[in-house]
Amino acid sequence: MIEFKLPSLGADMDEGTLLRWHVKPGDAVQRGQVVAVVDTSKAAVDVEIWQDGVMAELRVQPGEKVPVGTVLATLLAPGEVAAPAATSLTAPAAPTVPVAVPQSAPAVPPQPALPRVPEFEKALPAARHPVSPSARRRAREHGIDPDSVHGTGPQGSVTLADIEAAVAARRPPLPVAAAPDRQTEMRKAIAVTMSRSKREIPHYYLSEPIPMAKALAWLLQRNEGLPITERILPAVLQLKAVAAALQRVPQLNGFYRDGAFQLSTAVHAGVAISLRGGGLVAPAIHDVGAKPLELLMRELADLVKRARAGSLRSSEMSDPTITITNLGDQGVEAVFGVIYPPQVALVGFGRVAAGPWVQEGEVRALPLVTATLAADHRVSDGHQGALFLAELRDLLQQPQALAERVTPASAKVARQEGRHEP
Amino acid sequence: MSHDRPALSRIVLDILCSIAPEVDPATIEPDRPLRHQVDLDSMDWLNFLVALHERFGVTIAEADYAQLVNLGNVLDYLLARLDREGA
Repeated sequence: MIEFKLPSLGADMDEGTLLRWHVKPGDAVQRGQVVAVVDTSKAAVDVEIWQDGVMAELRVQPGEKVPVGTVLATLLAPGEVAAPAATSLTAPAAPTVPVAVPQSAPAVPPQPALPRVPEFEKALPAARHPVSPSARRRAREHGIDPDSVHGTGPQGSVTLADIEAAVAARRPPLPVAAAPDRQTEMRKAIAVTMSRSKREIPHYYLSEPIPMAKALAWLLQRNEGLPITERILPAVLQLKAVAAALQRVPQLNGFYRDGAFQLSTAVHAGVAISLRGGGLVAPAIHDVGAKPLELLMRELADLVKRARAGSLRSSEMSDPTITITNLGDQGVEAVFGVIYPPQVALVGFGRVAAGPWVQEGEVRALPLVTATLAADHRVSDGHQGALFLAELRDLLQQPQALAERVTPASAKVARQEGRHEP
Repeated sequence: MSHDRPALSRIVLDILCSIAPEVDPATIEPDRPLRHQVDLDSMDWLNFLVALHERFGVTIAEADYAQLVNLGNVLDYLLARLDREGA
């Protein structure tokens, strides 16, 4: 029996409200499958399961708010039989039919592989309050545990009306109604996380102007003649360059936990995405170093779209190893970010605009971007930070080589295992 | 096929609102830069152009992006393209 717990969906989340299940007991699930939707202060997140198996018991019902680490459901590993449940079903019958069983064995399965009766009825054979038969039937239809429902009938008994009310209550709240509240909640969550960051992380900041003429010329040439849907934005080249530069200075990529730095070999870049109406999320694009530009562009476009529509996946929320923020579109020259704990660095890009640049003793107007680094002094020093920005600058001067640079996705397996275990 | 400007303008504003739902189309001034009136980052802008491309079937070259600053520019560009490319 495997316990499927509510994963942490970022440092600013310590609880979540289950909105709905996409699976029911008895369903076979595969690793990576979205099994539930959980509402956090920032967004409704599609929660993926990281284990193959068969859903056994759904322990948390829609509408319930539970802390991170709560067992949401149990599942059986592939091949595992629902031992305790099956035994309790068959045991009472066993002594009464000792002779008949061998003859009838082919016709009657000795053990139901999957319990047909909802799990909670076996787990809680004695109801705390009486439940009317019609209420029990309706509860079963909707997969609700009648014992979890507050009864308003005689002696606290649970009536059909109570079950109907429980069914109505677990429908997800309308997004429109939830919007103002979400704003407040998100602001609160950002306040908590950023305060923690500034309290705990000794930030240091560096900045470096980077000529973008070669990168932009290369992009223009690459995009020329391609349909608009296949063109690549400069931000994607910058994303790729950050992943490549982190190979040289890995001390900026990973997590600071329990007083120690855990380096990550894979770069899962959290991309800061502003939400319409305020607030931001920074979900991850996984294995940036291992992906070609075309794929990164598609994933970035998809991520932005889903972030704004509020349909992010749990793996995207839980494991960015560094954050990248780009405020150039808003017209600022540079952004000095606040590190998102437990990460140890944040890379910022300002606007790409023509500026003075000295080349071979002459001042010329060139497209420039200011790249910045905010990094955790507990893990790295300014020297390493400077090496990183210098590497970033150099990589962006060789866009073709950068585009061809694809590191093996060796860390992918490591990423998927060992995750979601708080 | 003839394209009248007010009808085209309504469609373009609908597309804009699908990307920036908070926008009231009645408040968009056709000769002020769109990105000064609507909070659009480069991804939004790209999505806007992609949606125009998909809706009207016109090719929008990257080199032409700089021409498309305000709503008037976008309508001019689309009308010219629609007349030339097809119809």
